[in-house]
Amino acid sequence: MKIAVCIKRVPDTEMRFAIAADGKSVDPAGLKFDISDFDGYAIEVALRLNEQQGPGEVVAVALGPDALQETLRKALSIGVDRGIHLKCDAVPFDGLSIAHALAAELRDAGYNLILFGRMATDTGNGTVGAMTATLLGLPLVTAISHLEIKDGRGTAHRELEGATETSTFPLPAVLTIDEGIARPRLPSLKGIMAAKKKPIDIRPAALGPVRLTVEALELPPERTGGRIVGEGPDAVPELVRLLQTEAKVL
Amino acid sequence: MANAFAFAELRGGAFRKVAFETVTAARMAADASGGGEVHAMVFGAPGTAAVAEQLGRFGADLVTVVEHPGLGRYAPEVFSATIAAALRGGSYRAALFPASAEGKDLAPRVAAALDLGLASDVTAFELNGDAVIARHPAYIGKAIATLRLTGQPALLSLRPGAIPAREAPRTARTTTAAPAVDPAAARVVVTGLAPRGAAKLDLGEAPVVVSGGRGLKAAENFKLIEELASAFGNAAVGATRAVTDDGWRDPSDQIGQTGRVVSPSLYVAVGISGAVQHLAGMRTSRVIVAINRDKDAPIFKLADYGIVGDLFEVVPRLTEEIRRVRREG
Ligand SMILES: Cc1cc2nc3c(=O)[nH]c(=O)nc-3n(C[C@H](O)[C@H](O)[C@H](O)COP(=O)(O)OP(=O)(O)OC[C@H]3O[C@@H](n4cnc5c(N)ncnc54)[C@H](O)[C@@H]3O)c2cc1C
Ligand SMILES: Nc1ncnc2c1ncn2[C@@H]1O[C@H](COP(=O)(O)O)[C@@H](O)[C@H]1O
Repeated sequence: MKIAVCIKRVPDTEMRFAIAADGKSVDPAGLKFDISDFDGYAIEVALRLNEQQGPGEVVAVALGPDALQETLRKALSIGVDRGIHLKCDAVPFDGLSIAHALAAELRDAGYNLILFGRMATDTGNGTVGAMTATLLGLPLVTAISHLEIKDGRGTAHRELEGATETSTFPLPAVLTIDEGIARPRLPSLKGIMAAKKKPIDIRPAALGPVRLTVEALELPPERTGGRIVGEGPDAVPELVRLLQTEAKVL
Repeated sequence: MANAFAFAELRGGAFRKVAFETVTAARMAADASGGGEVHAMVFGAPGTAAVAEQLGRFGADLVTVVEHPGLGRYAPEVFSATIAAALRGGSYRAALFPASAEGKDLAPRVAAALDLGLASDVTAFELNGDAVIARHPAYIGKAIATLRLTGQPALLSLRPGAIPAREAPRTARTTTAAPAVDPAAARVVVTGLAPRGAAKLDLGEAPVVVSGGRGLKAAENFKLIEELASAFGNAAVGATRAVTDDGWRDPSDQIGQTGRVVSPSLYVAVGISGAVQHLAGMRTSRVIVAINRDKDAPIFKLADYGIVGDLFEVVPRLTEEIRRVRREG
C-alpha cells in the first residue's frame, strides 16, 4: 500500500521548558526536538502494514521551517521510504490552516491510507487529522487503538470512556493513531546510513487562513495554599476536616 | 442578541454528563451575547425524543432530536453533516461540543466542513467582541494557552468537567428532524460498542477519583484503593502508567498524557510520584490530595493537601474516617 504519515516536529516533552520573552511561545533555547509521540506510533503502524501485506511505500509529510528536515531524516532512518517537506516560516496553531496545506499535498496522490497522530504534544489540539480527512472527503476514524486491513476494507477500534467502539470503513481512508497500537521501533545503524540516500522533496506549504491564534502562553498557575497536612495516619483526621470545612468536597 | 448551539451527547439512550455541561456552556455563550436562545441537538434511535426535555433544566430553549433507526450508535458522517447543515442554516454565535471521545471526533469534522475555526479541549472561555478568548492546556499540560478564535459561529470543544453543569431551568421546545444524509450511505460504520469492565462509575464522570501508583507495590494491594473509592461512594479508580504497563490495572484506568484526562472535584493520588505525563491528566482537578512517603515527591507541589507517610498505614485510616464522616452525614 502507499501510505502517508503526517509527522510534526515538537519539543521533547521530557524536557523542562520556559516561556519565551514574547509571552506566547516556548523558549527554544536548550530544547531537543523530536517526532511527536503519537506520530511515532503512526509511523510504526504504516511500516508494519507494509511488512505484513507486501511491498508498498511509506511517505512522511511534515510542515514547518527548515529545522524539521532533521525530523524527517529520523523518520527515514526508522524505515520510511521518502519525505515531503512543506515549507513555511512558522507553523500556525490553527489546525485548519495546517490541514489545508496537508490536504493540498495529499489530494489525488494515490495514497491508500493517510495516518496522523491522535494529537500533537505541543498544541494538544487533536484536530489536524480529522480536518484534513474532511477536506479530502475521505472516510475517517480517529484515535484508533487497533487496526486490521483486508481486501480494501478496514476495521478499527477506538477507546471511548468506559467502552471500546468498533468501526469498519473502505480504503482509501484517513486514520488518527492512539498510543498502544504498536510500540515504535528505534532507528538502526543500517537505517541511519540508508536514510542519508533517501529523498526529501521540498515544496512551499499552501496554508489556509488562520483564525485561531495564541494570545498568551503561561505556566499553569502554581496551586497556592498547597500544604503538607501532616505525617502518617495521625494526620488523617485533620485532612478530612479540611476536606469538609475548607475545600468543601465531602 | 445571538443564539448558541450545543451538541448533546447520548450513550445508550441516556445523556452523558458532558451533555449537560455543553448545554450549560451554550447557555453562558447565549447569555453573553445578549440573551439569545440555546439550541441543542441530539441524535438517537426512535424514542430519543422522550429524554430531550431534560436539557431544558440546563438552559436549552429548543432541542432538535434527530431520530433514525440507524442512529442508535455514533454515526460520524451523519452527525457531522446534520450539525453542519444546522449551523449553516442558523446564525449562531458559538457552537459547543464536549471534548469527549465522540466530541473530539465530531467537532473537527464540522469545522472543516464549514471552514470555521475550532478551539479544542477548552477549560474556560469568554466572548470578546467578534472573537472568543479561550483557555486551553498545551504542551501536555505544561502550559496554559490563551487562544483567540475569530469567525462565527465560533466552534469550541470543552474539556469534560471543566465547566460544571449548572441548572438554569426553562421549558424546552422539542422538535424532530431527519438526518441530513442517509445513514445507510455512510462509509464509516460503527458496528459495535463493547463496555469495558463492570458497570462502574466512569472516570470522566465521577466527582471523586482515587488513583494508585507504583507505591502500591502489587496488583492485589489495589483493594486499598478500591475500598477508599467505595468509602467515598461516588469515586472511580484511576492509575498511573507504571501500574497499567505492569498489568496491575486495565489500560483504560490510566490517567495522563496518554490516558484519560479527568477534572473531578477531588483527586486523591496514592503512591504516585507526580510525573509530568501523569499530571497532564489530572492537573485541572479542583482539589488534589496526595499521599506519599517521600516528602520531596513532585506530586506535593501540585497537591492542595498532602500527607507524608506510608500509604499502607494512611489509606486504611482515611477509608475509615471517610466512612465515618459519610455515616454521620
Ligand atoms: C511518552 C510517555 C507518556 C507517558 N504517559 C503517561 C500517562 O499517561 N500517565 C502516567 O501516569 N504516566 C505516563 N508516563 C509515565 C510517567 O513518566 C511515569 O513513569 C509514571 O507516571 C510513574 O508512575 P508512578 O507515579 O506510579 O510511579 P513512580 O514514579 O515509581 O512513583 C511511585 C511513588 O510511590 C511512592 N511510594 C512508594 N512506596 C510507598 C509507600 N509505601 N507509601 C507511600 N508512597 C509510596 C514513591 O515515593 C514514589 O513517589 C508516560 C511516559 C512517557 C515517556
Ligand atoms: N506541522 C505539521 N506537519 C505535519 N503533520 C502535522 C503538523 N501538525 C499536525 N500534524 C499532524 O496532525 C496530528 C494532530 O495535530 P494537532 O491537531 O495539532 O494535535 C499530528 O499528530 C500530526 O500527525
